[in-house]
Amino acid sequence: MHIVDRRLNPGGKSLANRQRFLRRVKDMAQRAVRESAREKDIKDLGKDGRVSVPLDGVREPRFSRQSGTGLHDHILPGNKTYVEGDRIERPPSGGGGKGSGEGGDGQENGEDAFRFVLTRDEFLELFLEDLELPDLAKRRLSVVETEGLRRAGYTVSGSPANLALTRTLRNSMSRRIALKRPKPDEVAALEARIAETPSSHPDLPDLLLALAALRERTRRIPYVDPIDLRYRRFEPYPRPVAQAVMFCLMDVSGSMTEHMKDLAKRFYILLHIFLTRRYRHVEIVFIRHTDKATEVDEETFFGSRETGGTLVSSALVEMKRVITERYDPNDWNIYAAQASDGDNVSSDGPTSTELLRAHILPACQHFAYLEVGDENGPRAGFVEHRTTLWRTYEGLAKSGGAIAMRKVNHRRDIYPVFRELFGRKDARAEAEA
Amino acid sequence: MVGSIIRPTLDPEAGGQRPLFTGNDWDFDTIKRIHDACEAIAGGELGLSWYPNQIEIITAEQMLDAYASIGMPLFYKHWSFGKHFAQHEASYRRGMMGLAYEIVINSNPCISYVMEENTATMQTLVIAHAAFGHNHFFKNNYLFKQWTDADGILDYLDFAKGFITRCEERYGHAAVESVLDAAHALMNQGVHRYPRKKRPDLASEQRRERERAEHGEQVYNDLWRTLPQKIAGARPDLAVERRKALLELPQENLLYFLEKAAPRLRPWQRELLRIVRLVAQYFYPQRQTKVMNEGCATYCHYRIMNSLSQKGLIGEAAYLEFLTSHTNVIRQPNYSERGYNGHNPYAIGFAMMQDIARIVEQPTEEDRAWFPDIAGTGDAMATLRDIWANYRDESFIAQFLSPKLMRDMRLFHVVDDPDKAELRVEAIHDERGYRKMRRSFARQYDVAWLDPDIEVMDVDLEGDRRLIVHHKALNRITLQKDDAKRVLQHLADLWGYDAVLKEIDPATDDVLAEHHATARPIFF
Repeated sequence: MHIVDRRLNPGGKSLANRQRFLRRVKDMAQRAVRESAREKDIKDLGKDGRVSVPLDGVREPRFSRQSGTGLHDHILPGNKTYVEGDRIERPPSGGGGKGSGEGGDGQENGEDAFRFVLTRDEFLELFLEDLELPDLAKRRLSVVETEGLRRAGYTVSGSPANLALTRTLRNSMSRRIALKRPKPDEVAALEARIAETPSSHPDLPDLLLALAALRERTRRIPYVDPIDLRYRRFEPYPRPVAQAVMFCLMDVSGSMTEHMKDLAKRFYILLHIFLTRRYRHVEIVFIRHTDKATEVDEETFFGSRETGGTLVSSALVEMKRVITERYDPNDWNIYAAQASDGDNVSSDGPTSTELLRAHILPACQHFAYLEVGDENGPRAGFVEHRTTLWRTYEGLAKSGGAIAMRKVNHRRDIYPVFRELFGRKDARAEAEA
Repeated sequence: MVGSIIRPTLDPEAGGQRPLFTGNDWDFDTIKRIHDACEAIAGGELGLSWYPNQIEIITAEQMLDAYASIGMPLFYKHWSFGKHFAQHEASYRRGMMGLAYEIVINSNPCISYVMEENTATMQTLVIAHAAFGHNHFFKNNYLFKQWTDADGILDYLDFAKGFITRCEERYGHAAVESVLDAAHALMNQGVHRYPRKKRPDLASEQRRERERAEHGEQVYNDLWRTLPQKIAGARPDLAVERRKALLELPQENLLYFLEKAAPRLRPWQRELLRIVRLVAQYFYPQRQTKVMNEGCATYCHYRIMNSLSQKGLIGEAAYLEFLTSHTNVIRQPNYSERGYNGHNPYAIGFAMMQDIARIVEQPTEEDRAWFPDIAGTGDAMATLRDIWANYRDESFIAQFLSPKLMRDMRLFHVVDDPDKAELRVEAIHDERGYRKMRRSFARQYDVAWLDPDIEVMDVDLEGDRRLIVHHKALNRITLQKDDAKRVLQHLADLWGYDAVLKEIDPATDDVLAEHHATARPIFF
């Protein structure tokens, strides 16, 4: 009898099966994931990765008998009152108590969806699939976040823990062969011969001399010499890290309602999830503005309320300052997302345009402008109402500025808009074709 | 290191021994002692014989893994196992499903997985149940001997896993997956129910030919020459006969037929069908012996635990814990209770084994009339061992379900005829009903009776190569339409040409339903 302890075996034995299963239900799971993203709070995204997919795609059909047809026999335990020949009224719908639910279909028709739980990684993978960061060419590998160690050949000195045993013994062996160190067998053979030789034999002194010489040689040529020792060498190397910074600009003047801020926040969170999936190191800078702009922390950014006019250029000036001070565009991938209800002092237009064109857009990988609107949708009218800021940026975009603009009115539009902005080019082209 | 544990003083004359364990905790040493104690009883008192045991301790997650790959320690990869894992995991996490205490594998050595959460008592129970009960059954039952190769199964699964992985690397996941999907759909129709006829080799064929000729010469009579000849014209029939003989038709093993005869499959695809078919064949005996297998294991653990308790090897607390779990396992709710979900194989199996032991040792007059062969022979274990070796569920129930047990279980037989407005009680546990009911009850355990009877009848080889499959609709029970259509689609895909499935009432030859499928070009 053997007892084997399997508890320490690596888990996830059916991971490969799970991956195959996920691949199988990918389309359906993706749809379910996006549905849930629409309804759920983005903060909770991926926390509860429960999705249900229609059974159709994962059905495993077998030939089975239809329970409603033909003659069925049932043998049941626990008879109390029946005698042979009794008639029993047919229980409704196949009858729970009759046990005829054992038949082939019953189980499968009962449920129409298959529910299972995704891990957070699987969830995000499905959630963010087909998305791609624009303009990855500039990805700079610079700041050293960690120093890695890697093997780099052998060295003659080092700590005993790093002793390279095989290499050391190989050296020792070649040295022993080269210097003709007597083998233990040779010594043993000679000793045996001496033992057999009678003490009066004339060869004996020679043999004894030879043995002494062998022993002396063995002693002089050690088995392992310090010269043989080799140690594994490790070399520190800088592990480059792709890094990104994300600027969140938001108008916090009185005209921005809570709803609008909520929309903006959702967008920022999506962007953050997305960036952290692509870069090891992502920093966020929050800049809020009324007619003055300040860099703040997250809580103040979303929480507090300011009053005042609206001057977009102030935020751009602040962003430019932060970039110059802390984020050299040569080292950082810069992403910016601006959210606003579109109000701006009309005289500010040219200033903003100039700032963007000359300083901000060249430094950024991507600049997205998100115009957040009322929950009730755009105001009715024959001509679509365009805000001051929209017109400013539109002019900029038309003259070739790399700026992406979208309007969002409702929570459910956030994710589609996000996908539109970051959708992989070829995937989008395919979809259009 | 002086222990101050107070042990009960034991009286060696009363046969009392030191208990194997106290409390719930166990370690490998305890397991070893438990195994050895059980082994002594199984080998001595019960006279069992078994494959060498290998006991593996696993965690709950590993148990779920094992569930997903139908209990085998290694298995090929397929999405459906991932689905089952997700399903089991979800219901386990929600607390809707308990996990089995053990899984045992019909291999040599016999591998029993036991859960780490089990208490020492449960480990004893599980070892007695699986490592001796099931193990004895696997080694001795004729179906397992005939159909499964306990020595080779793990090696074969290893080969299958490797082969399928190589196919995936070479032909792509999608291609392999679609073949496996189709093969899995036909898995239940992928077993040989009877051993095939052995093909004679050339030497014996020639010898037979010679003997026949000699016989003809010996009994030669010129009179035969004068008999009128058969009228010519039966030739086309001959072609059909010949075709059927060449293709071994009719053939109920659909996977075997496709593997050998599907015209367009590539060699690796045939090998995949073969793997699925052999796995199905390996599990076929288990499907036919659920009641006996569990009955045997339950009876063995019951005897072993009682014997351990009598020898003082397990304490009273442990014995009570065992009884709780044992009675839970063999509980059979009545048909009208909420929890009723068909017959519990543990309950019937255990009840029948006990009943047989009673008949052998203390028969009544009725038993002597019903079971003249075994009643009062006195050696219960010898009788049971013989039964475990030579029966399957269907023949076991047909032969050994006693009137007393039918009365105890208060069995009754209800017929559900869709043409009648009411159900009819056909038989109850009385003198008139015993035999009728026992026959019907046995049939419910006949896998060939439960699985739809589906056969490849013919192939239109000279026409459009359409595959003709018949379902003999027993009692006019037809197939579930959606599923039948899907499976037929898989069948047509593998065959490479159209397929038609006719559902025929064997009593009247009426065609009850017909399904058609056209092959999709997914494999070629």
